[in-house]
Amino acid sequence: MFTLQELKRSALISLWFVFLTFPIMVVKVNSIEKTVQWRWMNVVYILVGSFVLSLLFRYFLYRKERQSGEDEQQGDNTGRSLIHRLLIVPKYRNMIYGVLLGAAVVFPFLTSSYQVNIMTTALMYVVLGLGLNIVVGLAGLLDLGYVAFYAVGAYSYALLNYHFGLGFWAVLPIGGLLAALFGILLGFPVLRLRGDYLAIVTLGFGEIIRLVLENWGDFSQGPSGISNISRPGFFGIELSLEMAIVYIYYLMVLFVIVTIFLVNRLQDSRLGRAWIALREDEIACQAMGIDKIKTKLAAFSLGALWAGIIGVVFAAKTTFINPASFTFLEAAIILSIVVLGGMGSIICLIICALVLILLPEYLRALSEFRMLAFGAILVCMMVFRPQGIIASIRRTYTYKPRNRDEA
Amino acid sequence: MSETILEVHELTMDFGGVRALNNLDLDVRRGEIAALIGPNGAGKTTFFNCLTGLYLPTKGDILLHRLDSGKKISLKGLKPNKVTEHGLARTFQNIRLFPMMTVLENVMIGRHCRTKAFVIGAFFRGPRTRREEEEIIEMSHRILEKVGLSRFENDFAMNLPYGAQRRLEIARALATEPVLLLLDEPAAGMNPYETIELVNLIQEIAADGQSILLIEHDMKLVMSLSDRIFVMDYGKKIAQGRPEEIRLNPAVIKAYLGEEVDA
Repeated sequence: MFTLQELKRSALISLWFVFLTFPIMVVKVNSIEKTVQWRWMNVVYILVGSFVLSLLFRYFLYRKERQSGEDEQQGDNTGRSLIHRLLIVPKYRNMIYGVLLGAAVVFPFLTSSYQVNIMTTALMYVVLGLGLNIVVGLAGLLDLGYVAFYAVGAYSYALLNYHFGLGFWAVLPIGGLLAALFGILLGFPVLRLRGDYLAIVTLGFGEIIRLVLENWGDFSQGPSGISNISRPGFFGIELSLEMAIVYIYYLMVLFVIVTIFLVNRLQDSRLGRAWIALREDEIACQAMGIDKIKTKLAAFSLGALWAGIIGVVFAAKTTFINPASFTFLEAAIILSIVVLGGMGSIICLIICALVLILLPEYLRALSEFRMLAFGAILVCMMVFRPQGIIASIRRTYTYKPRNRDEA
Repeated sequence: MSETILEVHELTMDFGGVRALNNLDLDVRRGEIAALIGPNGAGKTTFFNCLTGLYLPTKGDILLHRLDSGKKISLKGLKPNKVTEHGLARTFQNIRLFPMMTVLENVMIGRHCRTKAFVIGAFFRGPRTRREEEEIIEMSHRILEKVGLSRFENDFAMNLPYGAQRRLEIARALATEPVLLLLDEPAAGMNPYETIELVNLIQEIAADGQSILLIEHDMKLVMSLSDRIFVMDYGKKIAQGRPEEIRLNPAVIKAYLGEEVDA
């Protein structure tokens, strides 16, 4: 399958790579002794490495194209993966969910508290992704400022705890509702915007919140942040640090389950259908009697609600927050969870969140190259599986109308 | 003579210096099929857009008679969704379905303005919400059966053949239980066979007592379907009457075919 032409192309690519990386990989200037070190061996490594990688890349691309061609010929049923076929049958699906739940429950007993901590973070991103999925995946409103609501939740807990000594459980609904309120506040000015324009305004909104938190020292203590935030209480019992970590982990598992349940219901409701219709065609949607304003605001505020709740959990988990936790990078990660998750399918989004959050943690072995590896993996995902890790079985749900005569 | 359900008074719409609609008067009676015809660019679609709240008319008024309450409601300046709620449902000249939703879901969207469940209902899914959902599904299913699309129920709307997409648009509009159904060139781009099917469908719908106002280019279709015809040219109404009157009206012939040149 490797023709001479292919090999020639890869050879050219590898030469180009050598040229590109020459200054950083080969030349090393020792500024103290004022000498230049030439590491010629690196040229060989890069030459061989990029040659092999480019061949592999093109091979997979070729295979993918051939496969999708075959899928079209055979109809859509046969091309499905094993996981796909398992998820369709309710019995297997419930079994998979059961196994996942079991694994989640025993996880803290099998691993260290470091692992539990990472997993808690990953679960937080699952919920954030599910929340943003309402706005981006269902209602089709590209929101780049989602992290602002997360910040609102976190700061409302931190400040209420700092000033008034309010506990986690008291602030949880307050934080969520405050974030939802901010969602509506953001929603009003952007009602008429779509696509790129909406993205830019929401991006600006996210930055505004962060900059206010950074600069309004009297209110938020600025960049130094707020520390000593109480951990969540457990019926008034003081928990040791390790116990607290496990406790928050279980809380997050619970939150994830509740969120999946509620988001599922939202999706299958009258409101969920209205969101999808809004995404598909705004004018037709209005002409069919859907109140655009109400529907959009509902999407923004419900999405923000989850961000706010997770913000509260975040503040309680780390016991310290500052504006640096709520940068655009954070928003971009949440958005990539939704996008890579295939826009709209819940199970896929969960897997994606876990991969995206856990991967950088476990890639720590690669030390300074881990973000590079992370980026490479993202690029590969977009090239090879643009529909998400598991493409949604069916973006929309179907109904089997019952027959009146039988009743 | 049956009661009037829609009155349009002196409707005028300006786009900058262009007067797209010029003092247009029109009325639709209950149970009839009225048609609005005119050459390209006469302002027919603008008229529909004014009626359904997509454009705000410069001048004039649109009154909808609610027969149940006996009240006249002005639709001028209302949001499109409010207009639909009051009982005016439309289709679009260039099909605007929700392509990534199933056929059934498309019709279910039409039920939106007649149902209520919101966030709380979605979360808790109480008995009332569930009953409402069932009613939505059942009604949508029945409408699909009526327009002959029930076998496509679970297909994506974008995968339907062209003629079926047109009919789905009509089904979706019917699901809002309109007082008056507005059809914007329903036969545009259809082949003769599909057109005949469409005529039958429109007649069936009208036979159920549905009042219809349609815009159409196809003269044959208009003549065979409509009870009354309004003719527009350059934003003005130039004639109105029964099909046989319109056929012989010199102003209409002039607008469509041009003036005879004296040799």
